[in-house]
Amino acid sequence: MISAIGKSKQRSLGPSPEKLSSDKRFKILETHMKRLQFRQDALIEVLHKAQELFGYLDDELLYYVAKSLKLPPGRVYGVATFYHFFTLRPKGVHICVVCMGTACYVKGADKILGALEESLGIKAGETTPDGQVSLLTARCIGACGIAPAVVYDGAVAARQTPVDAIKRVKGWMQHGA
Amino acid sequence: MVLEDLVKIKERYLAQRKKFTFRVCLAAGCVSANSEAVKEALEKAVAEAGLQNDVEVRGVGCLKLCCGGPLVAVDPLNVIYQKVTPADAPALVAALNGAEPPVAKVDLAHPYFAKQLNVVLENSGIVDPDDIESYIAHEGYRALRDALRELSPADVIAIVTKSGLRGRGGAGYPTGLKWATVAKTKSARKFVICNADEGDPGAFMDRSVLESDPHRVIEGMIIAAYAVGAEQGYIYVRAEYPLAIKRLQNAIRQARQLGLLGSGIFESPFSFNIEIRIGAGAFVCGEETALIASIAGRRGRPRPRPPYPAEYGLFGHPTLINNVETFANIPPIIRNGPEWFARIGTEKSKGTKVFALAGQVKHTGLIEVPMGITLREIVEEMGGGAPDGKRVKAVQTGGPSGGCVPASELDTPVDYESLTRLGSIMGSGGMIVMDETTRMVDVARFFVEFCMDESCGKCAPCRAGTVQMYNLLTKIRDGRATLQDLQTLEELCEVVKNTSLCGLGQTAPNPVLSTLRFFRDEYLALLKDHPAQQHQSA
Repeated sequence: MISAIGKSKQRSLGPSPEKLSSDKRFKILETHMKRLQFRQDALIEVLHKAQELFGYLDDELLYYVAKSLKLPPGRVYGVATFYHFFTLRPKGVHICVVCMGTACYVKGADKILGALEESLGIKAGETTPDGQVSLLTARCIGACGIAPAVVYDGAVAARQTPVDAIKRVKGWMQHGA
Repeated sequence: MVLEDLVKIKERYLAQRKKFTFRVCLAAGCVSANSEAVKEALEKAVAEAGLQNDVEVRGVGCLKLCCGGPLVAVDPLNVIYQKVTPADAPALVAALNGAEPPVAKVDLAHPYFAKQLNVVLENSGIVDPDDIESYIAHEGYRALRDALRELSPADVIAIVTKSGLRGRGGAGYPTGLKWATVAKTKSARKFVICNADEGDPGAFMDRSVLESDPHRVIEGMIIAAYAVGAEQGYIYVRAEYPLAIKRLQNAIRQARQLGLLGSGIFESPFSFNIEIRIGAGAFVCGEETALIASIAGRRGRPRPRPPYPAEYGLFGHPTLINNVETFANIPPIIRNGPEWFARIGTEKSKGTKVFALAGQVKHTGLIEVPMGITLREIVEEMGGGAPDGKRVKAVQTGGPSGGCVPASELDTPVDYESLTRLGSIMGSGGMIVMDETTRMVDVARFFVEFCMDESCGKCAPCRAGTVQMYNLLTKIRDGRATLQDLQTLEELCEVVKNTSLCGLGQTAPNPVLSTLRFFRDEYLALLKDHPAQQHQSA
């Protein structure tokens, strides 16, 4: 009975041994941690790499990182949830980030965001049900000279209007379909 | 690496220089306007014209006038073309013989350029940020060599103190004093940290410095480490700045290759290394104790001071933390002497300040001006005022920790004390211009929302206070509030300001207090029980 609980616990927390050996990304992550000498203060660097590899940080992955760095899982979860950059849910195929910095805000970024929310039928921070588009906001991407700015799949676009933004995002939806 | 090697690199670089140089801006603003394609098109056009031996196409850092991007400067013709497209490339190459291309030029005599004084940005837009030799050709690492071989650490601190340099992160603490405090501590390990967590919305100065001239920051850090006796440095940079991270990584690698980082720098007994730490999106990490926690891989939560990081910092060791721009000021101060630096600026605020001019203003971009210049000169002369014939209403400085300076106070000189007197702060250098269409209650609510989201939750005044402030401001904006609510808001602002643990909470009420001070009418007009409101609805 007790051993059964132990087993089920293990299965639900970390990735299974089969997954560890079959998924190459774990190998890459381990190499990265090795290079950082499994130092506990390198936790944020490790989480950056993990998110880069897997796209998001699920419980299994966080537990794996905790075990590797010999940190309590609560510490790892605490750090992962503290920083905006880390996401615990999968993101869409395409990512649209509306900059909501002051310069963009006074030049109408809120209207762009509103138009996108309406057009996609989701709120900022969410992903469309088909998993195509994630709509995110940024504090400030430091492109204030060309405000309002929107980042489409990593490329910054200058002086956007609601019409521009909807056109770009709709383009993705059609391609994806 | 010795002095002769430095001179040799410089001479070799200068000897290779071609007759003409196209300098294409590859800073974030211009890259987003497709300047990389412009650079490729220029390279192709030069090759097609068979001018490879005479013309160099060089990617450089920020050419400052972001609203005109992509920008291309041409040496030695002394012109900058704006809004260049890849299709313009052949015409620009043809124009090297003096022909007039059908591309708009930037007016370099305009106050936007004429009133600038470049100390921190002296290499910005000139050197290739990805090439250490380009930096060395412009006197790079000369100050480091002189410091290590000819000055004692105490001499370096004396020079920085004498220059009157104050921290450019916002608070304006005297840099020399900070260095002296860390130098005095007795510890086997010390650290130097460069705070590049430029979190203020509306600020992109540090980003531009890192993208345009990363070696200058590294050189400043090494000199600081020598002065305080540190062997390890960290640059804490935002994850939102991928280009700055890439260029820093490249710069550190090149500096290591030349022996400018590592052991026995310039054949002295001094050793120093730098690691980059990438932030993960938390505004509070700009606060020094929170930043230290984040570098140690923890949640970025501040702790009470004292003890200050100068005594008890990273991993419990004495730590020097300065901002990007502060470090960038160090090499020219060592090179040109403290008297030269102290001649620039006002009595209490020496030197220059880099501002990111943005918002509702004609010319947006990066400016570096001597301290003591008035806001009017910056906004109206350099920035050209508000576009579309509108009037400037206010200037916001210092981001969420700062305040709004009304148009009536535009003759205020830009220095630490004058801006504080107006309820704003110098801040790290974001300057957002707002025109008459901007509603100040919305602006205050915008910043309080920011602080509410970014509060780390450690202390109650900030965690709960900002939420209540936000609710009250929303109530006012929606016309549901009474005079009593306004009073509560004002009381709450004082409480949050006086009782919060760290800078984030202590300054969070500033945007509300400064707009209340100068634009109280706008708040009153929205109140349910205000006479003017009743009159309107009657």
